[in-house]
Amino acid sequence: MTVYKLKTPITEEQVRKLKVNDVLYVTGTMATARDQAHRRALEYFKQGKPIPVNLEGLAVFHCGPVVAKQGEKWIAVAAGPTTSTRMDIFEDEFIKDFKVRVVIGKGGMGKRTTDAMAKFGAVYGAFTGGAAVLAAKAIKNVKSVEWFDLGMPEAMWVFEVEEFGPLVVAIDSHGNNLFTDVQKNVEESKQKIYQKLGILF
Amino acid sequence: MDMAKVVENVGFNILKQAVIYLPDDVKQALKKAYAAETSETGKTQLKAILDNIELAEKYKAPVCQDTGTIIFYVKAGVKAKDLDKIEDALVSATRRATKEVPLRPNAVNPFTGKNSGDNTGRYLPHVNWELTHGDSVEITVMTKGGGSENVCVGGMIVPGEGINGLKKFVVDAVIKAGAQPCPPNILGIAMGGGADISMEIAKKALLKPLTEHNPDPEIAKLEKDIFDAVNMTGIGPMGLGGKTTVLGVHIDYAYRHPASFPAAVAFNCWAARRSTARVSADGTVEYLTHKLDE
Repeated sequence: MTVYKLKTPITEEQVRKLKVNDVLYVTGTMATARDQAHRRALEYFKQGKPIPVNLEGLAVFHCGPVVAKQGEKWIAVAAGPTTSTRMDIFEDEFIKDFKVRVVIGKGGMGKRTTDAMAKFGAVYGAFTGGAAVLAAKAIKNVKSVEWFDLGMPEAMWVFEVEEFGPLVVAIDSHGNNLFTDVQKNVEESKQKIYQKLGILF
Repeated sequence: MDMAKVVENVGFNILKQAVIYLPDDVKQALKKAYAAETSETGKTQLKAILDNIELAEKYKAPVCQDTGTIIFYVKAGVKAKDLDKIEDALVSATRRATKEVPLRPNAVNPFTGKNSGDNTGRYLPHVNWELTHGDSVEITVMTKGGGSENVCVGGMIVPGEGINGLKKFVVDAVIKAGAQPCPPNILGIAMGGGADISMEIAKKALLKPLTEHNPDPEIAKLEKDIFDAVNMTGIGPMGLGGKTTVLGVHIDYAYRHPASFPAAVAFNCWAARRSTARVSADGTVEYLTHKLDE
């Protein structure tokens, strides 16, 4: 377990050094995107329309934050990750089209995303689910909000962050997926558990 | 006294308390889990959780950005006055809390996909009523996160499989849920009644403190057995591996039809948010689980 601190824009070379179980802190710019923002971004790309933020080398965060307006300024109040598996249907194309280097969320992602991360050079950083204030305190500035018509949770929030983490590298750019490994062990433990509980069928 | 006003205030206060301050029993269980966890990655997750709980209290900010679906459980004394005003007052409390705490607007029309913006809408906030003796009203709020709600399961066990069938049902549900419900979780398990009844009491069981076990020693043993078993899965904190998968298990039941064995597993995330207050007939309010913020 090595601890890395990276600043955006992050290069492919930097991201390729990270291995599963390493701990990562990100400083710089990140944009939130959930189901709706992913869908819209991919549609825009297909139509040749630019999206509001150039995401190359940045982190995308699966998050629907609680934000409050103080005067003209948005403040992130609570901003933990949402379940990433919902974005699995979009993420491979998203990584390819927008060249993000870090995808942040909770719960892990599947094979399609893992393959895309290996191919294009990106990692998945698991942020502790529910640790919303810890995340909010690392957000130093809400730079902008895009696509607000999607609603507060689904809009694209652009954050400036300082040492955002700890992120556990759960998918690296070499085809390793910590969640899949854990799941495999869990499946293997099933018979032992049935036995312990005296389940005979 | 103006019952509507009192209940609106109480509804607001317990909502605010619930989303910011985790109940003591949950905090203690998380601390214990942190001390006992042997997986290095699992420990990083529990540490982040404990740090986050402290920060939420310090900054009076919601412990999780998913401030959940808002569910009230009202135990209404049949002799209490103005019971007809309570639901409207709780809707007002929800709107106010959404704006002032703030809470994330989480009520979406399933047909149009439109977010109401204030956590209210058809059947939301949800109010569960229970009539009791006396003239006071006890109100509990649960703010239920979406991640743990998505893996709740109800099903029908073959009656011949009995309790063994239930055990398998629960273990399979936990394994299938994996990382998604933000483990370590609390499980509410129920059997009997019917499809709706089992899920209702499973969810209600999530309101019990972790220090409380079923008074029936045989059911308490089943709670312990399931607790030990699912913690052997290795799912661990946030599904990143470790021995802390659940913090507690609560089991409840209703009698069942001879041909049916309904079963339900309700998951709660580690951010198990709840708060309770009692309103007496003279309008005095007693906060039963939390201190009132100055």
